[in-house]
This record gives sequence, structure tokens and C-alpha cells, in this order.
Amino acid sequence: MQSTDIKLTVSSSPHIRTDEDTRSIMLDVIIALIPALAVAAYVFGFRALLVTVVSVLGCVFFEELYRKLMKKSSTIGDLSAVVTGMLLAFCLPATVPLWIVLVGDFFAIVVVKQLFGGIGKNFVNPALAARAFLFSYPVVMSTWVAPLSYKSFFNIGTADIITGATPLASMSGSALPSDFTLTQAFLGQIGGSMGEVSALAILLGGIYLLIRRVISPRIPLAYLITVAALAFIFPRGNDNLTWMLWQLCSGGVMLGAVFMATDYATSPITPIGQIIYGVGCGLLTIFIRYFGAYPEGTSYAILIMNVCVWLIDKIAPPKRFGFTREMKKAEKQKLKEAKSAKEAEA
Amino acid sequence: MEELSHKFFGGIHPHDGKSLSENLPIQVLPAPEKVYIPVSLHIGAPCEPVVSVGDKVNFGQLIARAPAPVSADVHASVSGTVSAIEPMLHPNGKFINTVVIENDRLDTPDPSVVSHADEIAADPKALTDIVRRAGIVGMGGAAFPTAVKILSGLGKVDTILINAAECEPYINADNRVLIENTAEVIEGIRMLVKLFELPYATIIIEANKKAAIEKLREFIPGDNGDVRLKVMKTRYPQGAEKQLIQSVTGRQVPPGGLPADVGCVVFNDYTCWSIHRAVKTGLPAIDRVVTVTGPGIGRPGNFRVRVGTPVRELIEAAGGLTENVNKVIMGGPMMGNAIYDLDVPVIKGTNCVLALTGSEDKSVSEPACIRCGKCVSVCPMHLIPNYLYVYERKNDLAMLQKLHVTDCIECGCCTFTCPGRLDLTQSIRMAKGRLNALKAKK
Repeated sequence: MQSTDIKLTVSSSPHIRTDEDTRSIMLDVIIALIPALAVAAYVFGFRALLVTVVSVLGCVFFEELYRKLMKKSSTIGDLSAVVTGMLLAFCLPATVPLWIVLVGDFFAIVVVKQLFGGIGKNFVNPALAARAFLFSYPVVMSTWVAPLSYKSFFNIGTADIITGATPLASMSGSALPSDFTLTQAFLGQIGGSMGEVSALAILLGGIYLLIRRVISPRIPLAYLITVAALAFIFPRGNDNLTWMLWQLCSGGVMLGAVFMATDYATSPITPIGQIIYGVGCGLLTIFIRYFGAYPEGTSYAILIMNVCVWLIDKIAPPKRFGFTREMKKAEKQKLKEAKSAKEAEA
Repeated sequence: MEELSHKFFGGIHPHDGKSLSENLPIQVLPAPEKVYIPVSLHIGAPCEPVVSVGDKVNFGQLIARAPAPVSADVHASVSGTVSAIEPMLHPNGKFINTVVIENDRLDTPDPSVVSHADEIAADPKALTDIVRRAGIVGMGGAAFPTAVKILSGLGKVDTILINAAECEPYINADNRVLIENTAEVIEGIRMLVKLFELPYATIIIEANKKAAIEKLREFIPGDNGDVRLKVMKTRYPQGAEKQLIQSVTGRQVPPGGLPADVGCVVFNDYTCWSIHRAVKTGLPAIDRVVTVTGPGIGRPGNFRVRVGTPVRELIEAAGGLTENVNKVIMGGPMMGNAIYDLDVPVIKGTNCVLALTGSEDKSVSEPACIRCGKCVSVCPMHLIPNYLYVYERKNDLAMLQKLHVTDCIECGCCTFTCPGRLDLTQSIRMAKGRLNALKAKK
């Protein structure tokens, strides 16, 4: 008989898998970040590209170095380090010295990600944690270059930059920004961190991620709706609609809602949990923006919610299949009885 | 009338591979020289042989009797001489007592094989006993004894569902039976409708089986007869009993419960055909249609095969295995068992023999959960597979129980979807095994 010498693999079902893997998901995120990168390059010149490239290379280098030193397998192929590098660059000002970028890369990859076991194991967002860490250099981190102020695209030097106030800075002083129009803010012609200036570019990336089903709309929508609703209900000034739109289009909230809060490792996995998490991010963002000493609240809001994820997952499990309200009651009753029986015994 | 929506949570839509064999008519595979019939062809207690080595047996004769209520009789699928009764490898990977019959190629029918049509005409209630004596089990793959199912639902249900979803990729056995034996299937369904004294039964089929839907429409013109048709959007695991019930009725079978608990009873369409044959001719469950397919098969096809035929002969009839084959599966790619020995026999629940080549194997040496939550969003049982995986690794049985690990139906959606390539289903299966072992100890 034929085929007696064929070697057959025996493994547990299922025997087929989808093509999508970690690498393809990360590649989708990278693609989704391209519009924001393009706007950053347009608004801040070549330096924005340089910072991004340095940050990506730094992250990949530190990941590979750490894994090599620890004698672990190489994981740079999953492209998650590239995503971290891009996201970290996106929440830095374009004028940031490159060595500070590398310090941030090291903190993000080695301290936040690898020391906790690598991909999926970190409990706070590496890029945001690194950004928070880099506020050890407060002047560097809050020097904002005015949009489209570079003399020539390749003007890499930082000597003769024109700094300007960001919309958020004036909003933190309870006034609508006067230097920019809302359209400029939506398109990205405002000051701010490199990747967060254009709400439009970020939304384009977000739509791509939704179409590719990399993210679900639950977290971004819950986040943005919460911010919008709070800003609308509690405006500073008389025009609550304009105030609300400014809150949405300025600062890091759009980048945060679409790319940071949706970070898999540091967001809840249950559908209800994701909504709770999104709402929590929105509440904290507005809270910090309104009452904090620092004008922006997005990154801290998300970091705080990151550490609550474990709890949220625990309190918001999916509804058990076929488990009715009556059964739940009966179970509770039973537990109660068992408890009281035990107490009676004692 | 046609409802193209699915109402169960989660699920996946993998490449279905059905086109390899969906248009190929059923071929009858001649009975082999020897058949190997394990005394356990079903879910439930193994049967006790009632023949001995050297006995002459007839075609359709009872050779092993069900010892417990949840079990199904086993019959000879050929006539001939019993040449051995000994433990042999079963498709489930265990060694199980197997009756070997040397085929005399006469197919001498057993005296017990007589039509029961008159009995049924006189009393539709006689069906349960006929089904029990014919050893009929669910032909969709799970092979649960049909008579037990009937008894669990009699008098308690208001809905009969006929499961023609066949949602597993590659398989076309039910589909072909439905296309080629439409009248008999419907006749079988009518017998069940009469037995349950309900106004009608509903056939549930997925929208991708166009030929079968067209054929059924010829027989079911309106939607107010005693057999009705409902077309559902294609989605795996629509054909899983709990999901099917939820899709159609919106009811959820409670944990550890039976469909009858929510007033439903579900029969596979091929089972209805078997019931019809058992009534009309008296033939017990001695053969079945098997789809032999996959990228590793020379000439895919659908075959009517005697129970106990070695898989090897079936594969040879389908043009043999290609050189790059690396996996042979009994059942579908989502829930089937990989086998390592091609001499295992076809049993009552074998709906498919699937040969895969290396290209489907996407496992990696270091799977890593990225917490994307996709396993949660595809799990039709509302579980959290990645947490179950973690707690299984830690062997934390209390947490596993708290997260309802035993609710898992092992459909495989989580593993299929996992971008980190975790073996989620396997770890859940192991967790369930450990909990069962613990329960047995107590």
C-alpha cells in the first residue's frame, strides 16, 4: 500500500488559522500612522521625519539589544517596536534633541515593555510612559515650534525656530485660541506634538484601522464622545459648540483616542470593559485639562486608565451564555445560604 | 421567508473550501474485504459484542448491544465471518474493542431488516424504538444517539430544527445528501414532526449552499407547510447546536443544559435521511456519506461508505494523498481529529476525511498573546479564551471554573483568529479534562 511512509502531523483542532498575525496587525497600524506623519512633515519640516526615523531605529535597536543580551529570541519581526517608535515620536515636539528621543526609546522598550516580559505583557503604554518620563526635561518637552515656520524643508537646525503657543495653552487659560482657526486645527496647521496636530490625518488612520478590523470603535468612540459631551456641557465662554470642537481638535486627544487608548496590551478585552475604559479616559482627560496645572491631560488620563485595565476586565466580563437573571439570583441565594450555614456552624 | 442575518454572538468566516467537492455526486464505494467496526461509534457508553469470533453474520445484524441508555446499537455493515474481536485504534486515538468481519461479498440481509412503514403509519410513536434499534446517531459529526435525543425532547419542546448548516469548511456530506435525496430527507422530517405532534419543523441552511436551497424550494414551495426552510447568513459555528438555536429562536441553552430546556430539539438533515431509510427498509446505520477532500487529496469526492471501512481505502478511492500532505483529519478542519494511522475505520460520525498540506500550518515556536481581544469577540459562548489560557498555564482550576471554562464548545474560533498564534482551544480542552478528572476523583 502507498502512503505508509508519509509522516503525518497530529495536533489538536482547529487545524486552520487566519492569515492575520501580530506582524500584519502592526503593519496596519504603521500604515494608519502614515497620514499623520505626512502632515507632521508638512507642518514641521524634515525634522519631523528625522525624529520619527531616529525614534523607530532606537526602539528596534533597544529591543534587539535587550533580547540578545537576555539570550531570548528576536522579536523585532513583529514590528511592534516600530509602532512604539512612531507613536513616541508623534507625541514629542519637532524640536526635541535626538538624544532625548533615544532616552525615551530606551525607557519605552526596555523599562516599560521588555522588563515586564515583552509584547502584550506591559501594563502601561510604552510610548506614553516614555513621554511622561521625558517630562524630566520640561523645557524641551513644552517648547512648541510654530506651524509652517521652517525657512526651508531641510532646515534641520533648531537654532532659529519660531516658537508659538499651542491652542491648548490658551484654552487652559479659559480662552478660545485666537492665533488659529478651527479649520487649521482640524487640518493640522497648529502648534503641538508632531503627530497630534492634524485631527483629520489621525481620523483617516483610525478609519483605516476600523475597516481592517484592527481596532473596534468602542474605545475611541466612548473616549471622544465623553470628551465632547463634557466640553459641551461645561464650556468656558458662551459658545459651547466651538469650545467642544476645540477640545476635540487640539492637544493629543485625537491621537490618544485612536492610537494610544486602543493599544491592545493596555486596554480591556471585554466589550463592556472597553466602553468603561473609553469613558474613563475621557473623564480624566477633561478633568486634567480643566483643573490640572499642565494644559494637556490625554497622556496621563490614558496612563491612569492603563493601570485600571485588570480591574475593569474583572468587573466587566461578558454575559454568560444561557445564564438568565433568575439563575443568577438562585446562585446568589445559594451562596448566601451556604455562607450563613457556615456561620451557624462556626 | 429568507432571513440572511445571524444572531449568535461572535463566530468566524474562514475560507470554506467547499467548492472542491460541492458539485461532485455521491459515489458508492464498494464494501472492503474486511470491515473494522469499533463497539463505540457514538457518544456514550461503548457497546458489548453479542457475536464471537467465527460467527457468521448477516448484513445489518446486531453485533454489539447498547449497555446503557445513552448509547447506540452497532450492526454489521457487510455479511461474512467475524474474524477477530480485539482492541484496535479508534479515530479518537484510543484503543477500543473492534469487531472485524471478513466480507463474503453477498450482503445477505439479516431477517431483522424489514420495513417498518406500516408500524409508523399505524402509530407515529413507534419511531423512537425503530430509531433506537437501528442504532442511529447524529450524523452531523457529534454522533449523539438519536433515540436519546428524541426521548429528551418528547413532550417538552415546541420547536423542531433540522440542522443543515454544515458550517465546517470543506465538508459537503450533508449538503450532497440534501441535494440528491431531498424527498427522503423531507419524508424523514415529517416522521419526526408527527412523532413530536408539532405543526412543523424548520430546516436551517446557510446561504452558501445554493444548489441545496434550490432543490429544497422545489419540495417546500410555501412557508406554511409542515416542513419549512430558513436560510441563514454563512457563519461558523452556525451549525453548533446552541448557536443554531440562538440564531433561529433567540433562546440560549442554559449552562450544562439541553436544547429541550429551551423548548427545542435539533436533528441533522442526514440523520433524518437515516431515519427515513430505517423506517422504509429497516436498514440500520451501516453506512454513511463521507467527503474526502482537501489540498492533499488527489481527486476529492463524496463517497457512500460502509461503516468500518479503513480510511486508507477511502483515500485511495479519492486518488490517494499528494506528496506534500502533512495532516489527515477525520472531520472538518475546525473540530476534526488529526489521525496518524490511516487504518482507522470510518465510523457513524465520520463526515469528512480531510488532507491538508503544510501551507495551512501557521503555528509559531513562541506564541505570544498581544491582548487584542479578538478571541473574546469571536467566542460564541461568551468566554474570555486568553484568560482561560493564562489560568490553564498556572493550573488555577478555581479561576478556570469561575470563568466558566466548561461552557466551551471547542469550536476553535479563538485559535483560528488568534494573531499571536496561541493554542487557545487546546489549552481550554486540557483545562476541561483536568476539571473532569478532578470531578471523577471526588
